[in-house]
Amino acid sequence: MILKHQDKSLLSVRNLTVGFHVGGVTLDAVRGIDLDVARGEVLGVVGESGSGKSVAMLACLGLVPRTARVAGSVRFQGQELVGMPQSDMRKLRGSRIGMIFQDPLSSLNPVLTIGAQIVEAIRLHQPGISRKQASDRAVELLDLVAVPEPDRRVTQYPHEFSGGMRQRAMIAMAVANDPDLLIADEPTTALDVTVQAQVLDVLKSLRDRLGLGIVLITHDLGVVAGNVDRVAVIYSGRVVEAAEVGALFRDPRHPYTRGLLSSIPKLDEKRERLFSIEGTPPPLGRRPPGCAYHPRCTYARGVCATDDPALRVAGESLSACHFADCLEEIPVHQALAGAEIAEVRQ
Amino acid sequence: MAASATLPRRKAPDWLTTPLLAGALVILFWIVVAATINLWAPYDPLALAGRRLQPPSMAHWLGTDALGRDVLTRTLYGVQYSLPVALGVVISAVVIGSLLGGIAGFVGGFIGAAIMRLVDITLSFPPVLLAMAVAASLGPGLTNAGIAMVLVWWPVYARLMRGQVLEVREREHVEAAIAGGAGRTRLLFTHILSLCWTPVLINATMDFGQVVLLAASLSFIGLGATPPTPEWGSMVADGAIHFYQWWIAFGPGFAILTVVLGFNFLGDGLRDMLDPRTH
Repeated sequence: MILKHQDKSLLSVRNLTVGFHVGGVTLDAVRGIDLDVARGEVLGVVGESGSGKSVAMLACLGLVPRTARVAGSVRFQGQELVGMPQSDMRKLRGSRIGMIFQDPLSSLNPVLTIGAQIVEAIRLHQPGISRKQASDRAVELLDLVAVPEPDRRVTQYPHEFSGGMRQRAMIAMAVANDPDLLIADEPTTALDVTVQAQVLDVLKSLRDRLGLGIVLITHDLGVVAGNVDRVAVIYSGRVVEAAEVGALFRDPRHPYTRGLLSSIPKLDEKRERLFSIEGTPPPLGRRPPGCAYHPRCTYARGVCATDDPALRVAGESLSACHFADCLEEIPVHQALAGAEIAEVRQ
Repeated sequence: MAASATLPRRKAPDWLTTPLLAGALVILFWIVVAATINLWAPYDPLALAGRRLQPPSMAHWLGTDALGRDVLTRTLYGVQYSLPVALGVVISAVVIGSLLGGIAGFVGGFIGAAIMRLVDITLSFPPVLLAMAVAASLGPGLTNAGIAMVLVWWPVYARLMRGQVLEVREREHVEAAIAGGAGRTRLLFTHILSLCWTPVLINATMDFGQVVLLAASLSFIGLGATPPTPEWGSMVADGAIHFYQWWIAFGPGFAILTVVLGFNFLGDGLRDMLDPRTH
């Protein structure tokens, strides 16, 4: 599934690894990730903080520090991005590939008006456009991302915008040059829940109107549920499960995904304590042998500590679990044992 | 800030303080004098105006000096030398220092280290001593004194600017600009330096007074303006010879005092006005 679509693939990531040289050791933040994004499709990349999801996408754009070693292949419209000279990469950024960040206030230049920043974004990649044309386009763009009174708003500074409006302005800048791909790194994390939904609607409408491919990086499965077409779940620098969004929620084939799904509070269930996956993700330098998830996994067996499972088809998903096909055979109460132990301990 | 904006406002804004006003008025006075003194000066600053070493009187409010020139006239004319020198020195030092410091902070590495070691070396000398040495080797004259002062002064701005750039370049909007495809030059000028100028501006305002003082000091010891230029430092030096005729040194000395204090108050007020933390 995630490996199909190669014919119409917009972005195709193969075996991407990102390592950081720190004090003579190489720490792998990303260990061989495969992803595909097609035109007009939203891919959700889900993972905890430190799972490597952001680093992986930043590495695609060459936005990692110089100490980082990036290997593998990232093909964007057939063009190889890994190892591309910075000068060529810069032409892609902001023109063919747009990017938006988590905190829209700190991502906007505080001393320039919103309009000036959009104009700059346009003229940077299309120097032929006059200032006048560019500022007309800035008003259009703000209108496109549903900012009310765009002709007044362009003359305002970021601090005069609310959080949701700022993120819309960021999106307007990111799509200013009609990109083919938009990478959104936790675009709604800093926003109120009601505003989150509005911003996600803006993204979806852009996908529909401009035919964008969108990569939505998030740690919030709630954001994923209604807003993406396919999901890749990342744990400790690897894709552990990839599936169509419906299949993922219906029938998760990796214990980590199951853990994430059960930690979403449900309205129709009365629970004293919310479920949480016990333990924390392994630090970069001290990743356990075998499956990186096994110390936290309630399904873990001996083989999990020795062999790192590869991503393979299981049900409707791709899953990197030795027991992806037979998770049901392990009784539910046993699967929940971890949570109960955690409760007893506390 | 947002809350206070919605409240009815009757009093003057917080930043409009007495020192800021006083400083601004004093500086404004001197600027007006510098611009118009040629039109209304009571005497010629270089020509004899009467008997030598006269004490203050109605005809000569600040008396006459050892050659019989009017001290008040010479003091007022002196601002035509002090302010342009201060302006030239501060602007040159700000431009050179900010640019080098900005590059040191932005590029870092060997170039950055080289610039900052040069800064360290320059700052390790007492500024007056270094300025004296440079001015002496260039020869007397206000221009040479100015060059000497720029050489002494730019490292302060380089260090200030480097610190600012190091902080601002890590901000997220810079990363966002990189992700938008901005090149290095655009990053440095549009997205970094534009956010760094506040402390530089405050420091520069305060430094005006210091430069006036240093220029006068160099002239005092004969390394700045050459006679008969009515420069404050050399006038104070004249007065120092004629110890019992206090008025000769009083005029230029008082002028230096007001200018230095004025710029300090102005700089202080600007800081209160521009630094959001003091609001």
